[in-house]
Amino acid sequence: MKAEVPVKKALPDSLTPQRLVELYRTMLLIRHFEEQCAPAYRQGKMGGYMHVYIGQEAVATGFIAHMRDDDYMLCSYRDHGHAIARGSDPRRIMAELFGRYTGVAKGKGGSMHLVDVERGFLGGYGIVGGMVPLAVGVGYGIRYRGTDQVCLCFFGDGAMNIGPVHEALNMAAIYKVPVVFICENNRYAMATPVEFASAVTSLAERAKQYGMPTRQIGGMDLLEVYREAEQIVRHVRTKPEPFFVEVLTYRFEGHGIADNPTNQALYRSKEEVEYWRQRDPIVNTARFLLENGFATESELLQWDADAKQQALEAVVYADASPEPPLEELYRDVYTDMEVQEWR
Amino acid sequence: MAVITYREALRQALTEEMERDPGVFILGEEVGRYQGTFRVTEGLLQRFGEMRVVDTPISESGIAGMAIGAAMIGLRPVAEFMTFSFALIAADQLVNHAAKILYMFGGQIAVPVVFRGPAGGGAQLSAQHSHSLESWYAHIPGLKVATPATPADAKGMLKTAIRDNNPVIFMEHAKLYSTRGEVPEGEYTIPFGVAEVKRPGRDVTLIAYSQPVLLALHAAEKLAETEGIDCEVIDLRSLQPLDMDTVLHSIRKTHRAVVVHEDHRNAGFGAEVVARIQEFAFDELDAPVLRVASADVPIPYARNLERAAFPSEEDIIRAVKRVVA
Repeated sequence: MKAEVPVKKALPDSLTPQRLVELYRTMLLIRHFEEQCAPAYRQGKMGGYMHVYIGQEAVATGFIAHMRDDDYMLCSYRDHGHAIARGSDPRRIMAELFGRYTGVAKGKGGSMHLVDVERGFLGGYGIVGGMVPLAVGVGYGIRYRGTDQVCLCFFGDGAMNIGPVHEALNMAAIYKVPVVFICENNRYAMATPVEFASAVTSLAERAKQYGMPTRQIGGMDLLEVYREAEQIVRHVRTKPEPFFVEVLTYRFEGHGIADNPTNQALYRSKEEVEYWRQRDPIVNTARFLLENGFATESELLQWDADAKQQALEAVVYADASPEPPLEELYRDVYTDMEVQEWR
Repeated sequence: MAVITYREALRQALTEEMERDPGVFILGEEVGRYQGTFRVTEGLLQRFGEMRVVDTPISESGIAGMAIGAAMIGLRPVAEFMTFSFALIAADQLVNHAAKILYMFGGQIAVPVVFRGPAGGGAQLSAQHSHSLESWYAHIPGLKVATPATPADAKGMLKTAIRDNNPVIFMEHAKLYSTRGEVPEGEYTIPFGVAEVKRPGRDVTLIAYSQPVLLALHAAEKLAETEGIDCEVIDLRSLQPLDMDTVLHSIRKTHRAVVVHEDHRNAGFGAEVVARIQEFAFDELDAPVLRVASADVPIPYARNLERAAFPSEEDIIRAVKRVVA
């Protein structure tokens, strides 16, 4: 089931050229931000796991564009793009990746656990599918208070094979919670292709059984994501009920920093990666802006340079930021109680 | 003071807190229309409606996750596990989510949630329905663990748990639900981290929590009558936070101690208590500190085998005689 609406190369009514340019620049910022991550990682500025979103930028950008200030979202550990699309300060995100005190979580969460409470971003989570039940609770809380907020919950194709996600989808439908379940199908759960891991390869088809509307959409075209997301978020907000949307997308880079090209050759071909790189959402959108006269060549170059500059500034900011003081080790375990230092 | 059951005391706590705070709601299997598997939530659906008393499918991860999510945006969910044996299914939600969210997000998101239900065995429930495993939860930074033994403590501590801004594992014991005890009239709470001397004594300190507190009290009476040994019985009441001061104060008086719990002995919570005693009061001890606990076997079904697996009054008496010998 491909998107029912044929992809018209026209602006949706609600999308002004100015707004489209903003979204395009958000994608550019995500791309440049993450392109600074690998070198910083190799220099030992960051540790742990680091999963980049390169190739999937249109998904977070197109959905989060429809969030109101008071809406909520949760996502997986591949979370840099979501945080940036939601408007978090890239300098503080980079500082978190560097493990610095100025980071969004004081350097205590790292790449996988970005957060921005003021913007309703309730965090990136490291256990595949683990936050999907949390989203049901957030949605239930919204219903409980009787507001018309929504909660966006982003997860990958791998999450469709873990039990708690199915408990959560069922409960979401029972309690009619206003949650958009956004399954970003980038075709691989680490190195395992969807068709190896799921007998039913259409994940939207699998979700259909839960008694909520489902849809499969393309994720490489910002305009398509934007248009579909607009309808879906509006439906969830007004009905209210949960909605499951499978977004067909692709990550151009490896699963994580350790999944280098040699490792990637074990599960996907260069030709396949190249096929998807031809569908780069940033290149597509740039072409659209140019062809429709919404931007000039020089503007595109300028925006690209601006985004790169912002990413570089984030690195400089992070690098200059202090490490968390050692007292932080024992802080935040409980809200009201000190943990005793045993040394 | 009114004399009520442990079950009624818990129900009073839930009712009073739901009346006091509109953000408090209950969810779990059979908590609503069926009135609760152990009748703790009896009448609450009728009183508070289905938004606040939520029947769930048999989905422990879903229940726990939903409770955590609602807590993250400021509600105060009380999730019931039909038994703590089933909480194992939700272990990832409890350990990787509830316990970690405050810390890994730099102290910005609190999770004021209570996970409550019966733990322990003793009714021929056999291998898969008899777990306690409180030491697992006490092992996890970020969780608080409450294990009340009496109706008064059950009520006062459940109210504390609901008002706490942290995830609380609140372990009841199925064998306690019908026990009766005096409960103060009116509003009161009992803080975590304050052990109580349930029976003063001078010869041996018995340290227990949850249902084994009653076992220890019975053993203490028998020891006083038949052996002239005067045991002090301390109820830890909560394991995290843990009040060692009360324990150490007692040991400075008795110089002998026995820890009693229903969970398995190997790497059970008693090991932590003993470790801290030797760390902080080594010179006070006149005998090794002993542990009375369940045998390190899966809990069997047959009545005689089950009885042999669980700690008994006789086991406690034997251990006390050893430490005073």
